[in-house]
Amino acid sequence: MRFDDEEIGLRLIEMGCIPGTEIVVLRKAPLGDPLAFSCRGSIISIRSREAQQVMVEECNE
Amino acid sequence: MNNRMNDTLNVALVGNPNCGKSTLFNALTGLNQKTGNFPGVTVEKRSGTFRIGGIQGKVSRNINLIDLPGTYSLFPKSPDEYETYRALSNESDKPDLVLIVADASGLSRSLILCTQVIDMGFPVVLCVNMIDLLEESGQTLNFERLKDELGVPVCALNARKGKGLQALKGILLDEHAKKTSSWTAPDWLVEKFNSTPSFAECLINANALDKSNTTDWVRFQSDDTSKRLNRIDALLQQARSKSEPLKAMVQTQKIDALLTHPLWGFIIFLGVLLLMFQAIFSWSELPMDLIDQGFASASAWLGAQLPSGSFTSLLTQGVLPGLGGIIMFVPQIALLFGFIAILEDSGYMARVSFINDRVLRRFGINGKSIIPLISGVACAVPAILSARTIRNTRERLITIFITPLMSCSARIPVYTLLIAVAIPDTESGIFNTRGLVLMGLYLLGLLAALFSALLMKYWVKTRERSIFIMEMPVYRMPQRRVVLRTMFDKVKVFVLEAGKIIVAISVVLWALSSYGPSGEFEHIEAKYQQKISTGELNQEQASGLEAAEKLRASYAGMLGRGIEPVIAPLGFDWKIGIALVTSFAAREVFVGTMATIYGVGSDDEQSSTLKERMQNDKIHASENKLFSFGTSLALMVFYAFALQCMSTIAVVKRETGSWKWPTYQFIWFGFLAWMGAFLVHMFFN
Repeated sequence: MRFDDEEIGLRLIEMGCIPGTEIVVLRKAPLGDPLAFSCRGSIISIRSREAQQVMVEECNE
Repeated sequence: MNNRMNDTLNVALVGNPNCGKSTLFNALTGLNQKTGNFPGVTVEKRSGTFRIGGIQGKVSRNINLIDLPGTYSLFPKSPDEYETYRALSNESDKPDLVLIVADASGLSRSLILCTQVIDMGFPVVLCVNMIDLLEESGQTLNFERLKDELGVPVCALNARKGKGLQALKGILLDEHAKKTSSWTAPDWLVEKFNSTPSFAECLINANALDKSNTTDWVRFQSDDTSKRLNRIDALLQQARSKSEPLKAMVQTQKIDALLTHPLWGFIIFLGVLLLMFQAIFSWSELPMDLIDQGFASASAWLGAQLPSGSFTSLLTQGVLPGLGGIIMFVPQIALLFGFIAILEDSGYMARVSFINDRVLRRFGINGKSIIPLISGVACAVPAILSARTIRNTRERLITIFITPLMSCSARIPVYTLLIAVAIPDTESGIFNTRGLVLMGLYLLGLLAALFSALLMKYWVKTRERSIFIMEMPVYRMPQRRVVLRTMFDKVKVFVLEAGKIIVAISVVLWALSSYGPSGEFEHIEAKYQQKISTGELNQEQASGLEAAEKLRASYAGMLGRGIEPVIAPLGFDWKIGIALVTSFAAREVFVGTMATIYGVGSDDEQSSTLKERMQNDKIHASENKLFSFGTSLALMVFYAFALQCMSTIAVVKRETGSWKWPTYQFIWFGFLAWMGAFLVHMFFN
């Protein structure tokens, strides 16, 4: 995981999502947006537009 | 006394949002706390004091506890986070000790903030809160290890149940020295400073810079946080027994699958809203009636006890009914905020924001705006205060602007009376016509709020981006203590904020309606004395007519007649005009004004209730009813929109920091009210 956007990136970093952290996308809100993912044992919700700034790499369990 | 000052310890409470910081604050200080604002900003500042008696032979101490706004780091990005940073970086007014509250379920994240505060050079005590979440999953935490590695006292806590408080108090009595920070500045900062800066120096420099051209400082925060997390991860790997997901988290995911389900999520949300309103309106009916009657009989009793005069009538017709008008809404507000506290404490409110964000975003607000909008149905004053959780300035402003359009409980007495007067009690389909009209008025308020939000979205420009990154806490069983506490706090704010203004305005209105231009009242009195003496009228009839005519001649009556040309196109006459003027301060005054105007002023012996008298009133010099279906509906629409609430105006001024927004609000809502009433009147006549 890495970031393309500073402000969104910093907000995620201070919540413990630093580049390299494993995240699991849990679900989308009923209307398709925002979405929720888990990171270091907590659930964080983020809008799709913001999530697009987060580069993720698929990894197997 | 002077010697005692020295044993007062100033402690700041710092932690992430949702870590249970406020619960700990309440548990420690009880009712001994003060709420205010940080100077110059609308960020709530809570402080409280408590005394710790000598535990195990230690000297007892007074503790002055300051609850600082929740933050994830010492790199502030919002006004409330900035206050936390400032409280810790201000040289002249530093706390003696910082109490870090960490969330056991998100320990690594909590420790980022904790190590930052340690590196700032503060004596720190770390509380690992919600320890029950680890215990119920059979996990343990090696506190000795944490203590050794971080170099600060650590204690386990379950603030909701009050467990661990004694141990924490014992630790607070110990002497606390600054820890020598092991933090070292990266090379590029050493170069920049030409010396080896401390963490505090770097942080203060980073935060003092304009955020737009500070790639270096963005790098500072991200590098620094990554470094901290690596160290924390290594530490926790040794200190935590397992790193499996917590039981509470597994449960939360199961509950979320239902509560944020595409179909069931919305059905359950609507069900919760329905249950809430049903309960608020039906459960509060009895206490509200009792309070209403209580104040009425108190006024009557006082009136009989005190010698008649202007002071007595000020008390019995101005102050007491004014106070009663506010106290009457306490049951509804307490219930509503009780429900909201349950929704928040359980963790459901974050899901409500989550499922509604997509819809609300189109209107220039965000998922978090749902809380003020729902609260606005009870009272706009506490609702507007709850908009503080919205970080984006524009979204917060729009939320504050539109919240008073939600039909609040003060409109209920107005709607109830007018519906009873003019809307037939018939069934249309499976619905009752009166019920439909009432529901329509609530919907109308919501639609006007959303429409206004859309307009503001295009009108208010901002450079700030709308970001919605929110933590969704694990579901917890709501605690009775937490819920009761919130109800108490909100009711207190309402009574104090609204109370001051309503009492003041009701005194002014009483004066305006009790006095008139000199000579007028004497003239009317003389006229009726004469009519009584000639036998044209009996005592009772005369005093009724006299009161009505005096009201018309009073300053308030003059105001009513003065605005008649403006409201005539809506089908309203001067009597409704007086009610509009008097209910400028608070809508519910409408009913009282109607009661005064139609008081005993009717010569129709048959009709005894206010409702019947209003129904029988004719438009001047015609056979048409004044309160026809169309006019009553127009009047209700007027009340649905108009900003007739001094308390709301005052709180909007306070929260936005200027008179600009309440002024715009007043004009725009007034325009909506007039146009709405005009259209309804035209349609039905």
